[in-house]
Amino acid sequence: MKGRFRTSMAWLHVWSGLVVGWVLFAIFVTGTASYYRADITRWMRPELAQAPPVAAADLPKVAERAVAYLERHASKAKTWFIGMPQPERPLLDLFWRTRPGAPPGHVLLDPRTGAEAMVRDTEGGDFLHRFHYELHIPPLWGRWIVGICAMIMLVALISGIVTHKRIFADFFTFRRDKAARRSFLDAHNVTGVLALPFHLMITYTGVVALATFYMPWGVTTAYKGDTRAFFREANWITAPRPPIGRTAPLAPLGPMIEEALATVPERLERLTVTNFGDAGATVVAMFEEPHGLAHTPTHIAFDGASGALLEIRGGDLKPAAKTISTLIGLHVAHFAEPGLRLLFFLCGVMGSAMVATGLVLWSLARLPKLDVTPSFGLRLVQALNVGSIIGLPAAVAVYFLANRLLPLGLADRGEWEIRAFFAAWIVAALIPLARPHRRAWNEMSMLVSGLCLAVVAADLAMIEAHPLRRLGEGEALFLWFDGAMLALAALFAFAARRIAQYRGPSRTDRWHEPVLAAPAERARA
Amino acid sequence: MATRARPTSLRERASVASRVVLAAGGGYGIAALATALLSLTLPLARPEAVAVATLVSFLLMPAIAVAVFAMRSLRRAALSLAGVALVLGGLLGLAMRGAP
Repeated sequence: MKGRFRTSMAWLHVWSGLVVGWVLFAIFVTGTASYYRADITRWMRPELAQAPPVAAADLPKVAERAVAYLERHASKAKTWFIGMPQPERPLLDLFWRTRPGAPPGHVLLDPRTGAEAMVRDTEGGDFLHRFHYELHIPPLWGRWIVGICAMIMLVALISGIVTHKRIFADFFTFRRDKAARRSFLDAHNVTGVLALPFHLMITYTGVVALATFYMPWGVTTAYKGDTRAFFREANWITAPRPPIGRTAPLAPLGPMIEEALATVPERLERLTVTNFGDAGATVVAMFEEPHGLAHTPTHIAFDGASGALLEIRGGDLKPAAKTISTLIGLHVAHFAEPGLRLLFFLCGVMGSAMVATGLVLWSLARLPKLDVTPSFGLRLVQALNVGSIIGLPAAVAVYFLANRLLPLGLADRGEWEIRAFFAAWIVAALIPLARPHRRAWNEMSMLVSGLCLAVVAADLAMIEAHPLRRLGEGEALFLWFDGAMLALAALFAFAARRIAQYRGPSRTDRWHEPVLAAPAERARA
Repeated sequence: MATRARPTSLRERASVASRVVLAAGGGYGIAALATALLSLTLPLARPEAVAVATLVSFLLMPAIAVAVFAMRSLRRAALSLAGVALVLGGLLGLAMRGAP
């Protein structure tokens, strides 16, 4: 009975991992990059390197400049979202939606003048971040696909744990020099087991972050489907206020912001203004969460017509609501200082490696005998493996490259960067179909390595304020980013070399390659 | 974990496909019923009950999926899930009649 249970769990682990592996890999990689979302965005807007940060005392004036712009350009919108200047983005980030279906308005303003800011159009790290839970397809579809993948990932983790007879010993087992399949299995176990708490945490909290989207049925029965009423009663947000239908001018925002800043010690992140021009207008100020694990940003609501403070929410959560906030806090890791952030990042890298080695392991375990041609299924998995494991890093590198190389005046420039990302991914996924499998791994790894180097070269060539060109002046961020790119280039170059040297029991390759190649390789090894 | 080069019979394929459907549909269905029921019946403040119920559901679902694949016969898995769903559905019906 015991043996049968383990066999069925092993089966479940292998197949559940395979069917979602490619999407999971993309989610893991882009999600891991999102730990440095703000830094990536900052790198992708190099014009901001010289901009000094905005002092807190200036924020009331800055907010009024944002409103002045929105009154002129978006007076019909139901809600305005005003991103206040932050250390990593010293700009006003305005967003509004006029009516469902119409493209939303989005503009960046210089907080000192209220005029449109002179920065290149880019989605920056936000694109990678959104991709990791919406996959850049309509959000409803993207979120469900990601949620289903996360659930299957949980199943794969649970069945993977059950499958392990010696989970503790696997901590310390890595037989690098044995057969490829053995070392891939060990690599899969090490990356999986070593960071297992992180994998379980990040998958479960990822689903919890969209809890009422995936599992709305508690809200359906207890709140008749009114999610905002649930959020309000749990103390997360301030009460939504409907329009009254009587026109009234919006009171000046300056005094409201002053009052809010005097009430909350954290950094002001965002304002929302709803029902502009109506007597029921509301202004909500949202602050960075207080230091700690939980993601509990303070919200302060003001009456838009009178400017009177209505309520303060976000603190005083009850245990279950606080648990949800803490789980989300763990997922987004805003609390993490540089050292801890790096640890989270490395855990994310291990998660990506766990998924990647699992996928490769599936195909290695199914290499056919010498006299059998590989099945269609195996060929498909092999092609998808290269297309995702190598294709996605290539696409990310091209995304960064496009940011540096596309002409600054190009219309829809930000959109073109994203098109470059997907074009690169499609090309990188198609090339392996035309090449022998092992050759494809080798060539594509070298390609990614080259692309990472090209990013650094383009950065140096295009950015006049680069610290290496000004001998120590300028922002250290550019050095860190380029250093990370060089590390990635080295990693993929190393991988390419190992793949080229490897001459283990790759039964198909020995069959397809010229016989003369074998002694030459043996001599090198 | 290694596969033997033995063709998979149609019967085996159908059995696996049924388990996949049962694990996904049954797992989500039971988790949804349990969330709805617990949201109404847990002896906590309303938002707290909803929060606890929703958190539990995301643990319940993978557990059910694993159980479906662990059970020896497909019929037994289907019957167990149907039984649990029936009980939860009945209780939910009662709870909703009691709720305002």
